[in-house]
Amino acid sequence: MKIAVAGGKGGTGKTLVATNIFYVLMEEGQQVELIDCDAEEPNDTLFFKGEIMHHNDVLLKVPEIDTSLCVFCGKCKEYCNYNAILMIGFSNYIKVIEELCHGCGACTAACSYGAIREIDRLIGEVNQYRISQHALLTEARMRVGVYSPVNTVKAALKLNPEPYMQIIDAPPGTSCPFIHSVVHADYVILVTEPTPFGLSDLKQTVETLKGMNKRYGVIINRVDVPNNEMTDYLKKENIPLLAEIPFDRRIAEVYAKGGLCAQQILAYKHQFKNIVHFINQEICK
Amino acid sequence: MKVAITSTGNTLESTLDQRFGRCSFFVIYDTDNQSVAYIPNPNKEISEGAGPASVQILAENGVHKIVSGDFGLKVKPLLDSLKIQMIVVKDVQKKVSEIIQSLSH
Repeated sequence: MKIAVAGGKGGTGKTLVATNIFYVLMEEGQQVELIDCDAEEPNDTLFFKGEIMHHNDVLLKVPEIDTSLCVFCGKCKEYCNYNAILMIGFSNYIKVIEELCHGCGACTAACSYGAIREIDRLIGEVNQYRISQHALLTEARMRVGVYSPVNTVKAALKLNPEPYMQIIDAPPGTSCPFIHSVVHADYVILVTEPTPFGLSDLKQTVETLKGMNKRYGVIINRVDVPNNEMTDYLKKENIPLLAEIPFDRRIAEVYAKGGLCAQQILAYKHQFKNIVHFINQEICK
Repeated sequence: MKVAITSTGNTLESTLDQRFGRCSFFVIYDTDNQSVAYIPNPNKEISEGAGPASVQILAENGVHKIVSGDFGLKVKPLLDSLKIQMIVVKDVQKKVSEIIQSLSH
């Protein structure tokens, strides 16, 4: 079973939910893997200590142009969809802008003069830690300055030690890194907050998930006064409200120390257990 | 010598566009014959790589100097290697005509 925790807006509590659900499953003795796919800013490892089990670099094939063989025909530049090759023909000037390269290999295919060879560029890394006998934490971490975290996210998801249950901590937004994080999930938990921004980004995420034929439910985090607009939207769209997490100072205090509220505050342990129980039933329907 | 000025419009009274790669127009001023040409920037709305793509256009046009509000991290080493000089003007009110005037001094 794979559960992704996503939600559009940043800072709504995706990591809070993912780490606490992972914790309650781990405590139940389940074989479970938490995968931190927020590769631009992974921080799930702040909450768990473990021994490193696996490390691999994530590489991208980028072109290197041999100017002694290049005839400056411009075909590689023409094939490149990402403006990653700059060429000034009359100056015999050609340059690859590695940061813009997506590693598609079109330029290499375009070159008839054997002037392009592909070299490895380090774009990220994947680290896996053993947290307990049955629990693993996998982290995708992209390099600073890399344009897209997608390849690093995919590499982290691919480690996949079946039959582990997976909790996927997805990055914010609704673009490619999010899509790749949720694409194989059986259920998506959308964490939002009762603000206009939270609702707006939730709507965008829901529209995206509809196109992907996913099952999903919503957790509203930091609830103080009821937000009717949010609950009306969920009713109208027939989206299950999995939980409302109150605006509780104790959660912030525990979280700020790198703790888990499901471990330290009994009421939240029950709440997260109930969420997992509900999703289990939904998936088995 | 040709100088490019990033401009918000296609007149001499337009103001300097603070963005390089995503400016509205490139004004190409030739200091040898005082001619002025306007190139609408086709990279204004592209998703990525607007800076390098704009360098491509200006280098192909034989530009040796560029006046703009700022130059990004990908663009600077490219312009250095092409020996194209960058001139940063932070004044958003500055008109293209005023910049041309200061170039001829």
